[in-house]
Amino acid sequence: MTKQTNDSRPNVLGAIGAWIWLAIIIVPIYYIFVTSLRPQEDYYAENPLSWPSNATLDAYNRVLENDFVRFFLNSVVVTAVSVAVSLAVSLMAAYVVVRSRDWFGRNLFRVALLGIAIPIQAAIIPVYYLIVQLGLYDTLAALILPSIAFAIPLTLLILTNFLREIPESLFESMRMDGATEWRILVRLVVPLSRPALATVGVYQALQVWNGFLFPLVLTQSSSTRVIPLSLWSFQGQFGVDVPAVLAAVVLSVLPMLAAYIVARRQLVSGLTAGIGK
Amino acid sequence: MAAPALILFGFFAIVPLFGVAALSLVHWDGLGEISWAGFDNWKAAAADPVSRNALWLTVKLTVLCVLFQAPVSLLLGVFLAGAQRYRALLATLFFLPLLFSSAAVAITFTALLDPNFGAGTALDAEWLSQNWLGDPDLALYVVVFVIGWCFIPFHTLIYQAGTRQIPRELYEASRMDGAGPVAQFFHITLPMLKYTIVTSTTLMTVGSLTYFDLIFVLTGGGPGNATRVLPLDMYLTGFRSYEMGKASVLALVLVVVGLAVSLGLNRITGASRMDSRSEA
Repeated sequence: MTKQTNDSRPNVLGAIGAWIWLAIIIVPIYYIFVTSLRPQEDYYAENPLSWPSNATLDAYNRVLENDFVRFFLNSVVVTAVSVAVSLAVSLMAAYVVVRSRDWFGRNLFRVALLGIAIPIQAAIIPVYYLIVQLGLYDTLAALILPSIAFAIPLTLLILTNFLREIPESLFESMRMDGATEWRILVRLVVPLSRPALATVGVYQALQVWNGFLFPLVLTQSSSTRVIPLSLWSFQGQFGVDVPAVLAAVVLSVLPMLAAYIVARRQLVSGLTAGIGK
Repeated sequence: MAAPALILFGFFAIVPLFGVAALSLVHWDGLGEISWAGFDNWKAAAADPVSRNALWLTVKLTVLCVLFQAPVSLLLGVFLAGAQRYRALLATLFFLPLLFSSAAVAITFTALLDPNFGAGTALDAEWLSQNWLGDPDLALYVVVFVIGWCFIPFHTLIYQAGTRQIPRELYEASRMDGAGPVAQFFHITLPMLKYTIVTSTTLMTVGSLTYFDLIFVLTGGGPGNATRVLPLDMYLTGFRSYEMGKASVLALVLVVVGLAVSLGLNRITGASRMDSRSEA
């Protein structure tokens, strides 16, 4: 199990372990896929890991007939708005942290570092109280506002570290030309931080898209249901119709799979940058 | 310019942190009037056998999760950092579980572990056809395995990144001295990964304290109370039994234990979390 750089000896033990783990990863994913294509009546008869003898998309139809499109759109709205707003406000705050030399800027950053350590589970009861008091219970805003808040610390941290790399002279030359802080932010900071915004944006999108506790506690009706919660309620609703439940699982992961294919590097570096989470 | 971030974060993250302490001192059913309770909730939680069992289960779950995830992700990460030609492909596939929501993973394993229609029948393996999620003696171990399925990919990534940071010269020098792969692993790789091990283990430990979604969908805390860990106990107490005050006590215990563990682990090993961040 050593690093094999320049070493010609094959690492047999490591390879065996890695292929076993690959099987552990792939078998459940393969199972989701083949079961979603299996007709419901064959589910009880056929070997669960065999390729379906009468492969069909019927299970997907049953899912789509049950409001899945609405849940999907709810998830899209919640994810898009949460990520966009958290990126915008965090970038503004990161700019303040990087530019200011005073007590305020330094401590703002410290608070953000502490914020990363706050688990959602610990705050959920007061968050529920606040949302009810604001009259937002069972609305999409009830999901968006806390999602933004809990995305801010890590986003601020990553963006601040990134902005620190921008040479001081760039800011100075714009200021010499009489640019306001806002103008510097829009014209200089936003274009330069695009890679960091993409990295943290993809990561936060994954977090919000798959989030379960906020929807479970802060929404109730099917008009505000988002995807992870819909999977759970499908499991109760469809019960024995396992192919339909797993078809919903496939549909739920498709956008993230697409994001992974398009932006694999961003997602991987976002995850490792998010180590503090 | 920092105001919007401060207001949002302060209102929905900082205020709740103090709010949960305040709520632990009141009676509230989630809808009606709030009334002062003093330390009643604390006494009730301390005396409740279900909550005490939840705390014990959380400790057990955390230890089992670390014992399972740490060695596997360390070995996989070190292997993937090597020069095997197919390791890029393996790394790409290893990542896949991270794309699934906990709800999706839990639903998949519920079906896959079904004693009558699951993988046991597929492979015709008697031992695989046990009532995994219905047996109180097995359920917690199944939970540990499924959590590992979700999070080992993440920790593998951390170890892969950490191993890549180790200077190659160290390996070359030791080979000159005649050290074999096993000796290199124990004398170079492991010591050089010290900070990575601390970071990863801290995250595993703190993560294990707060696992909720996965266990909630997979077992709902059952069978009986066999997998009712602290976060689950908190949710069920607050949002099913409508005892928000008592649930707040449990939430506070979670925060305090989590902070203590992460501070403690970092103190013991003298490592700083910022080190690992800069690796990324």
